[in-house]
Amino acid sequence: MPRKKINISDKVEHLAILNEKGDLDKKLEPEIVDDLLLKLHRTMFLARKFDERLLSLQRQGRIGTFPPISGQEAAHLGAVAVLRPTDWMVPAFRETAAEIWRGRSLESIIIYNNGFNEGVDIPEDRYDFPISVPVGSQVLHAVGLGWAAKYRQKDDVAMTFFGDGATSEGDFHEGMNFAAVFQAPVVFICQNNHWAISIPLSKQTRSKTLAQKAVAYGMPGIQVDGNDILAVFAAAQEAVDRARSGGGPTFIECVTYRLMMHTTADDPKRYRTDKEVERWKNRDPLPRFQKYLVGKGLLTEGTMAEIESEVLQEIQEAVDRAEAQIKTLGNPLDMFEHAYADMPPYLEEQKKEFERELAEINKEGNHG
Amino acid sequence: MAKMTMVQALNLALRQEMENDDSVVVLGEDVGVDGGVFRVTDGLINQFGDQRVLDTPLAESGIVGMSIGMAAYGLKPVCEIQFSGFAYQNFHQIENHAARLRWRSQGRYHVPMVLRTPYGGGVRALEHHSESREAFWAHIPGIKMVIPSGPRNARALLMSAIRDPDPVVFYEAKALYRAFREEVPEEEETMPIGEPQIVKEGKDLTIISYGAMMRPTLEAATELKEKNGVEAEVIDLLTISPLNEKILVESVKKTGRAIVIHEAPRSFGPGAEIVSRLMEKAFYYLEVPIERVTGYDIVIPLFSREKAYLPNAQRILRSARRTLAN
Repeated sequence: MPRKKINISDKVEHLAILNEKGDLDKKLEPEIVDDLLLKLHRTMFLARKFDERLLSLQRQGRIGTFPPISGQEAAHLGAVAVLRPTDWMVPAFRETAAEIWRGRSLESIIIYNNGFNEGVDIPEDRYDFPISVPVGSQVLHAVGLGWAAKYRQKDDVAMTFFGDGATSEGDFHEGMNFAAVFQAPVVFICQNNHWAISIPLSKQTRSKTLAQKAVAYGMPGIQVDGNDILAVFAAAQEAVDRARSGGGPTFIECVTYRLMMHTTADDPKRYRTDKEVERWKNRDPLPRFQKYLVGKGLLTEGTMAEIESEVLQEIQEAVDRAEAQIKTLGNPLDMFEHAYADMPPYLEEQKKEFERELAEINKEGNHG
Repeated sequence: MAKMTMVQALNLALRQEMENDDSVVVLGEDVGVDGGVFRVTDGLINQFGDQRVLDTPLAESGIVGMSIGMAAYGLKPVCEIQFSGFAYQNFHQIENHAARLRWRSQGRYHVPMVLRTPYGGGVRALEHHSESREAFWAHIPGIKMVIPSGPRNARALLMSAIRDPDPVVFYEAKALYRAFREEVPEEEETMPIGEPQIVKEGKDLTIISYGAMMRPTLEAATELKEKNGVEAEVIDLLTISPLNEKILVESVKKTGRAIVIHEAPRSFGPGAEIVSRLMEKAFYYLEVPIERVTGYDIVIPLFSREKAYLPNAQRILRSARRTLAN
């Protein structure tokens, strides 16, 4: 009866293709057609500029609290870019570039961030979930979607996003475990941005990596440089192919960094140093991707300037449209919609009661 | 028609809906090979296979969260949480997601799932196996909360719950699982969710109850008739939420007197909502204050004392007689 090592054969890999200087590991370069590369760049650039614009709108009081994504674009955009339109995306709340990639309009995001549920606009032909605020809880929905697709003998894949903090949640564990047990076609994308509000990764886990957690569930796990869009894309492509062909789930840890605050209500200076932030600014996913594209002859300073002016105009038009549309929204009676398929009698009564309240308010307003 | 226990009747409902509709899938702990610890899902795995009857890992949030995804995809999952005392580990999935996905997605998704779970005391069980916490679920906008009181309505309501486009929490009284048999028709039978039923008409007093408490309630009503010549009108709520008070109000307008019975703790329990609605809509018809006969506001004791805790026919009778005396 010896005491001996159990040999767990699974190895956790780290993948990086484009380093922070923009140098390429040619052997690992994924095959991505030029048009797709340019579309990825444009979306990444748009998402960055949009994030900056949202922050200024928030500071001007023109939108409410929102979670900025700057610095994390590659980690979620690179992953979602390998999905088919009919695959499922189950986001947390810091995947704006991925949502834009999937077709969500900029104005819908502005409208939502103004406190209007009408900003959640998912047409029938888009298989995306709305954002999910309770950390980690959405992971399980992807497992159900993936399982259901498999049950229906469709080869659709469900991809879900969450952060490093979510890996401490029970639902993360349950989701990983269920997906592995049922071999559901699910891809788990962890955006490890090092901070869950003020809690650093070192206080979140004693694990050396998050990727190694996959080993315990019996699924492949890989850590990638999450600021390297080529590495994220390559790892996601592998995971999605595996899921689609019946090989079950994969966990991908994208090592990235939140350059801005958790939400606009947060002050990161309370818990982290400028020096650390500066260090990560040098690893920004956007300039290194641009350098790669310039090297491939797909971008020049001239075309970048063109893209910038196009993107800024697109954002401005979206702000204008959103602010015009918001003026037409806001009938408070609409808040009673979408509670149940059919409104129960007592809710009808409450709605009528509220209508009378509104009438009273209007009357008082007229007298005043 | 066959005489069935509630367990058999629930099994019939599941079997028929699974035969009718291949989007109906069953999942939970021990629901497959074992047929469920109370045998409600007995035999389903043999008939429908392990792709429609899923023995899941032991994780309540996992079961419910996965069901939400399945339902959003277009399936009709019926998940079992082995005891409602363990359903608090999936509470957030119901409150945060099942109840809200229709609203959050502006109608793009809805969650036609059923969460079946046994509740209530009276079977000499361990701690966490006897609570009656329907008020938790009934308090959540977007959720329907259904509690049948016997084999026939359990079968019909479960059929309706599976077909319902909204998420339904379906409480099954353990005390009723094998307590008695009823004629249950083999042909399909549904019952509308959100409609309480008058199970016994009367003019002197309204008694409102549901679930396992329907038995002592009916026992008390019979004794009132036999010993006191009192005609009590007994209403079985069947759906706790959305609560439809229409027939409760009509009944109280007729009788002027009412008592409400549940085994759940009194404070903030379903009785509080029922009394409020009667106050709002039938106050001037009331001859006396409405009494509540309920569990006390304590942890339900271990089984040596559970009979003392649970309302019974005698407590209901004393309350009824006080209400009638004034």
